[in-house]
Amino acid sequence: MSIPAEVQFGSRVRGSLQLFLRFLMPPARWTQSRLKRWGITGRVLVVSVPYLWLLFFFLVPFVIVLKIAFSETQIAMPPYQPVFHWVDDRILQIKLNMANFAFLWRDDLYWKAYLNSIKIAGVSTLLCLLIGYPMAYAIARVRRESRNVLLMMVILPFWTSFLLRVYAWIGILKNNGLVNNFLMWLGVIDRPIVMLQTDFAVYIGIVYSYLPFMILPLYANLEKMDVTLLEAAEDLGCRPWKAFLTITLPLSMPGIVAGSMLVFIPAVGEFVIPALLGGPQTLMIGKVLWTEFFNNRDWPVASAVAIALLLLLVVPIMYLQRSQAQQSAGERT
Amino acid sequence: MATTQKPGGKIEIWNDPTAVPYIRIERVSKKFGDFVAVHDVSLNIYKGELFCLLGGSGCGKTTLLRMLAGFEEPTSGKIFLDGVDVSDTPPYERPVNMMFQSYALFPHMSVEQNVAFGLKQDGLPKAEIRRRVGDMLGLVRLGAFAKRKPHQLSGGQRQRVALARSLIKQPKLLLLDEPLAALDRKLREHTQFELVNIQDQLGVTFVVVTHDQEEAMTLSSRIGVMDHGEIIQVGTPTEIYEFPNSKFVAEFIGSVNMFEGRLIEDEPDHVRIHSEEIGGTIYLDHGVSSPPGARVWAAIRPEKVLMGRDRPDSEDNVTRGRVEDIAYMGDVSIYLVRLDSGKVVRITQPNIWRHAEDRITWDEPVFLSWHSSSPVVVGE
Amino acid sequence: MRRPPFFRVSVLVFGFAFLYVPILSLVVYSFNESRLVTVWGGFSTKWYGALLRNEQVLNAAWLSLKIAAVNATGAVILGTLAGLALARFGRFRGRTLLSGMTTAPLVMPEVITGLSLLLLFVVLEQIVGWPQGRGVTTITIAHMTLTMAYVSVIVQSRLASLDESLEEAAMDLGARPWKVFFVITLPIIAPALISGWLLAFTISLDDLVIASFVAGPGSSTLPMVVFSKVRLGVSPDINALATIMVLLVTIGVIIAGILMARQEKARQRDVQMALAANQ
Repeated sequence: MSIPAEVQFGSRVRGSLQLFLRFLMPPARWTQSRLKRWGITGRVLVVSVPYLWLLFFFLVPFVIVLKIAFSETQIAMPPYQPVFHWVDDRILQIKLNMANFAFLWRDDLYWKAYLNSIKIAGVSTLLCLLIGYPMAYAIARVRRESRNVLLMMVILPFWTSFLLRVYAWIGILKNNGLVNNFLMWLGVIDRPIVMLQTDFAVYIGIVYSYLPFMILPLYANLEKMDVTLLEAAEDLGCRPWKAFLTITLPLSMPGIVAGSMLVFIPAVGEFVIPALLGGPQTLMIGKVLWTEFFNNRDWPVASAVAIALLLLLVVPIMYLQRSQAQQSAGERT
Repeated sequence: MATTQKPGGKIEIWNDPTAVPYIRIERVSKKFGDFVAVHDVSLNIYKGELFCLLGGSGCGKTTLLRMLAGFEEPTSGKIFLDGVDVSDTPPYERPVNMMFQSYALFPHMSVEQNVAFGLKQDGLPKAEIRRRVGDMLGLVRLGAFAKRKPHQLSGGQRQRVALARSLIKQPKLLLLDEPLAALDRKLREHTQFELVNIQDQLGVTFVVVTHDQEEAMTLSSRIGVMDHGEIIQVGTPTEIYEFPNSKFVAEFIGSVNMFEGRLIEDEPDHVRIHSEEIGGTIYLDHGVSSPPGARVWAAIRPEKVLMGRDRPDSEDNVTRGRVEDIAYMGDVSIYLVRLDSGKVVRITQPNIWRHAEDRITWDEPVFLSWHSSSPVVVGE
Repeated sequence: MRRPPFFRVSVLVFGFAFLYVPILSLVVYSFNESRLVTVWGGFSTKWYGALLRNEQVLNAAWLSLKIAAVNATGAVILGTLAGLALARFGRFRGRTLLSGMTTAPLVMPEVITGLSLLLLFVVLEQIVGWPQGRGVTTITIAHMTLTMAYVSVIVQSRLASLDESLEEAAMDLGARPWKVFFVITLPIIAPALISGWLLAFTISLDDLVIASFVAGPGSSTLPMVVFSKVRLGVSPDINALATIMVLLVTIGVIIAGILMARQEKARQRDVQMALAANQ
């Protein structure tokens, strides 16, 4: 039932907490009865602290982005005009500037970038799946003792810097980089293949960086699968490949969905990878947003880009939430 | 056990009209959304009883127990403990303790610390806590293991720690959730007797939840049989077994043979039932409370059916059949006899003789009979 | 297994090679004499010296470490409260919203969260005068908002696998709910909280996008400095930095592994003890 490390550690934590509590006890009881009178129980406090924080620092900012997406640019700090106007201190005038959204629609750059981002993210997700699924499957089928080591090896790159790992690919893919030097040394090519600053490099970058996010949910799902199901199938005359397709694959769907969403959704808005590995032709919406904001100082347009991106991702995000909720409900039975 | 000394001998406390119930469950219901887990249950439990709530999965017994503990609030109805309404009282303020099915021992505390936990919450002085913990560990024979942690103990030892921890506060009521479920057969028997002894010694009122009828029969002073959130019958083990009030209770406890029939004679001192299944009549030497001509069920326990090769001399309470199956259990043998009507009757006979060359065997035609006091008439 | 696991082994070998070759290349080239990182010029440690003399990088590193530590501590507090509420409080008003707000940051593209937080800070400064200018405070707040979601998920899943009857037993024995949390729940889930702290720390240390949005003049974090350098091309002192990080992480992982192995041995010993002393 229990695990010794927790036990040892827990005993020491408990000891120090006891001392801490002894000093808090008398005033705590009194405050508690006071607060109870106002209907503020301990539960309400526990819920409201993170709730208010998130409401204020996560939800409200989105409302502000929405508001600014509707305003006009101005050369000032902050570089946008207020949306709400008090005219004669009495009448509230709302100047909704739809121009930003119209601009998004009219200018080729934006909707091309959206589509391109979805394409790149989608293909990368697929590649991640093709590489990650066999790896997750292999780890789930290895001897129990080795599994933890292998998982640790999957997770280890995740703890090293994302930025630095993407940077590593610059050194590998550039014209006099690792791959080109190796191929030229082998004599396979005369001139370096241009790999950096292309869409190809972006694909590699995304697949490389997000692979652990695909492997872990897949592994979690495959590990829980009942091996006797496959044995029953083989006993009934089903060949291994067929058993995989008709039993393992469908049962691992929740893992596939979770992994794919965990890769696809952030990949659409990726900035670092297209910035470092992609070229000026590489249109991704994250880079566009950044450029609008930092280079063009056009906050309203950047906000509009963000809102549009958010709307684009709402469906996949809700899909992920629902799939997670279904899975945890199923596990509880 | 739970008896009071009265002039003229002992009577059971629940039959004593002057006794005040220690625990009063008054028309308690519990709903989870649309699902009714407990429906309009009323129960009186007396001080010093070992009361068992018996039923299958989902019958509501665990929910009722949790309401007694304070982990669930009744949707309607009230619960009184020693005269005090505790329906709204949270578990940490009730003089009730519970022994959990999983034991719920705190893994990061030693046996001593686990047992002392409840006393520490009450703020007792250290010396007294130490003394009482020592006494309690002695009572459950775990003194040598005081410093160990739960994962260093065997299953039986963990259970004793759980028991010690829940008894040390001398609660007015101790609740036990399937206490013997996790133990193997030998340990179960041993622990059954230990529990009864400890309860007797300390005089604490126990309410036990179980799905195992053997457990209930062995442990309890009284049993409450539950089904679908309702109490079907409350009584002593004997009453439940020999005088079930319904088909459900008769079939739930032990094995039983049910004969369907029609009342053809209904007198205050005897009753005759015609049953197609036995191809004859059943004669009871007591009256029943069903209208004449009604369809009734006569329940006869397997050990009360007599089996022989010769036809007995009676007109009623006799039937004929052929032995279909025999199971030899060592102490008893179970016979399955198929009657002419096709119905299968179950009979148990103790193996009185070690050598019985003449034992009734498969496919033999036999006559079955029973005493006129053996059947019990039950409604649906 | 009847068949030799050829497929399995080759998949794992190629997969892990793919994951690790880039990291190894960073390490190897940090010892390259030549400035042209990928053309080998001989073994040298001079880039480590250059790195350690680079004031800009050192200041940024120190700033990042401070922010990461404060952020991790705050995230653990907030995330534990949220995780506790979601795992133990059943249905309460606003539960769906809280659940959504604690999982959305995990998948939301960072450009969106970064932009929205910056705009919040700007508007706040206009209305109430706080925060004055952007810097350490705003970066820390922004990171906390992101990382608390991770901690909340970890705590929630740990609590879900924790037997509720432990907490019920404590309440049954007379402990009030908050006491139950501090004396029973917290000590048992402590390892999950530590891994949550480490995760929040790492995420903050590594974050580029959000920090870029909400940072101010004079508050450059380490990722920001690294990014501005590598945009211009490969830079060997960055390789040195990468190698140091990889070294630290590897040491951490090895220590964790040793601790866990020792735990496992102790657990085996205890189980033997229990079986031997069976009464």
